[in-house]
Amino acid sequence: MDSSGIISEIKKSLPYFSAKTVAEVRPDEIYLHITPEMFKDACLALHKMLSSPVMALYAIDERKAKHIYVVNCIFLDASKGQWIIVSIDVPEKEPCFESLSKDIHSASLFEREVWEMFGVEPKGHPDLRRLRLHDEVWPEGNYPLRKDFGKVEVGKLSEYKFNKVEGEGVFEVPVGPVHAGIIAPGHFRFSVAGEPIINLEARLGFIHRGIEKLFEGKSCLAALRIAERVCGNSGFAHSLAFARAVEKIVGITSSKQTEYPRAIFLELERMYNHISDIGTMAMDVSFSFPAAGASIIKEAILQLNDELTGSRYLRKVNDIGRVLTNLDDNKKDLLRGNISKIMADFKEVVKILNSSVSFMDRVDGTGLLRKKTAEDLGVVGLGARASGIAVDLRKSFPGVYQEVNLRIVKDEKGDALARLKVRVSEFEESARLILELLDKVDSSERDDFEFKGKAGEAIGYAEGWRGAVLYMVKTDSTGLIERCKIVDPSFHNWPALTYAVLDNIIPDFPLCNKSFNLSYPGNDL
Amino acid sequence: MFDILKNRIIKGVVTRLKGMDSSLRAYDPLGSETAHSGSQNDDIVGFELKALIHKRFGRSLHIRYIDTGSCGACESEVIAANNPIYDLQRFGVNFVASPRHADALLVIGPVTKNMAVALRKTYDAMPEPKFVITAGDCAFDGGIFKDSYYTEGAAKNLLSVALHIKGCPPSPSDIINSLVKFLSG
Repeated sequence: MDSSGIISEIKKSLPYFSAKTVAEVRPDEIYLHITPEMFKDACLALHKMLSSPVMALYAIDERKAKHIYVVNCIFLDASKGQWIIVSIDVPEKEPCFESLSKDIHSASLFEREVWEMFGVEPKGHPDLRRLRLHDEVWPEGNYPLRKDFGKVEVGKLSEYKFNKVEGEGVFEVPVGPVHAGIIAPGHFRFSVAGEPIINLEARLGFIHRGIEKLFEGKSCLAALRIAERVCGNSGFAHSLAFARAVEKIVGITSSKQTEYPRAIFLELERMYNHISDIGTMAMDVSFSFPAAGASIIKEAILQLNDELTGSRYLRKVNDIGRVLTNLDDNKKDLLRGNISKIMADFKEVVKILNSSVSFMDRVDGTGLLRKKTAEDLGVVGLGARASGIAVDLRKSFPGVYQEVNLRIVKDEKGDALARLKVRVSEFEESARLILELLDKVDSSERDDFEFKGKAGEAIGYAEGWRGAVLYMVKTDSTGLIERCKIVDPSFHNWPALTYAVLDNIIPDFPLCNKSFNLSYPGNDL
Repeated sequence: MFDILKNRIIKGVVTRLKGMDSSLRAYDPLGSETAHSGSQNDDIVGFELKALIHKRFGRSLHIRYIDTGSCGACESEVIAANNPIYDLQRFGVNFVASPRHADALLVIGPVTKNMAVALRKTYDAMPEPKFVITAGDCAFDGGIFKDSYYTEGAAKNLLSVALHIKGCPPSPSDIINSLVKFLSG
């Protein structure tokens, strides 16, 4: 749909709608610049019209040039493959805008983020507690993503207030930030009445490293290496999303011989993570034999990555407009041979899991995430597909996936078993995609060029194994990064876990948690 | 694949230090030509590690893991060091659930402001004698996160560090080799 089509659609539910400016910079990005008064109504109209959650909501500090903050809210038209960006100017003197959260729940965390990082207040937001800058160590009134932020100024420290559940026989179980296993830190506060969990509040942000600020002022090539390290086990998806944003800014269209290997590496990343999670789900109900089998398969894929690219986690594989790894005939044979061995082992693991009644009993019905809840929370990726929402960026923006007939896997039930099943099917599908894409790779044709930075703004995206990874990149006239907003799928999906565990018992929490396996570093940034 | 698990159950260990029988090297994910997977070398080094641990710590070395701000790749490699291919545990290295059970603290990632207190508390909860290991480039000096407004720099600024394992991320073999080098020094 072009911009005039979208505007007339919005006008059906919002007759007085008008945009100050409309920009169709690229076929997949439509910018609607509107007045702040219209912001809430326009977002609500788009939210209903596209049945899209808020995919991102973020601010840009443009006080120096224009004395404003720009606030952008992004929706996805999944069927047509378009991003709709609603943009407003928030005056420097009165830094606030009308909150969307009461009507669109998926905006809630993003608005809290805008408040804590920029000091731009979403008026009417019911809960403005900080997410990442913990009250105990970061004084009030310091907004690190403002351009003039230099050093932390002394101010008031306070204490985070957890939501209280009160009543007879209700007690709290605090867990974390340091957990018993080899895992990243986060704090979980359970309220239980007897056995069942009646409330869970996750306090995250413990490993906030200020990554978005680190991008600023860097060249795109230098920033690509940071993007790979935002979230270790989806490094390739992150580097791909970032590279695509930069490619759109400088106007490079990468050839198919770049996109085939990219898709292959993206699927390899999906495979090693899916098998890892299948194994850890078995491990968390103490079914260690298939778990050990799964970890051997994971290791095999990591070593395969190493053989192909020199990196177990596919780092320094992707570059702006090209891939640095050449899939020559030897590597193609290596990949084919290994995929068939891996699939044989994989079938054994799945057989063991499927034939164990006690394992099935533990996962069936556990950690239920209802479709309605998932829709309201704006859950993306694997978590959404297991609850019956068939959204996948590989389908919305097919690219080379069109040539191999990508099959979207979904399950209606939304429990841990559904997420397990989706993982199993996606693993098999990824193996098939890799083999088919491999036939199309011609290592003699490669993109090569001299990269030169340019001013611009674009959205980069990739469907990582957890879901949609988004990078909103803005560069200045010298080609350096002015603002980079990162959205890892975990940021959308963490709240889903706190709903999925309700009515389950605490001993099942590790299983529920692993069935989503959300990223701490990707969420905390 | 299941050969490696069956062998472990029947024979206790899959590989032996001396006169290693290649048929016992059950599963080699990438075929014998590209065998750096749980290779013979890792085993030789591993058994050296076992002997050193026996000498220096009685029977085993217990490590408490703490992530103070890593991207997760180091975490994945520490987990991989415990998979059936490397199986660090057979050389006497255990990752424990509580700092109270630990001889050493393994710190991963730069130290974020939010994790500084947790790191200190974890260290204080460990009984003496104890020492600190860091792994991964950002645990050494902050790495790419060095200039961030929200990191306290590296663990060495807060605790005295006995051993650093290099790499971004260090591979399981790097972890085994570094431990041997450190304990024999």
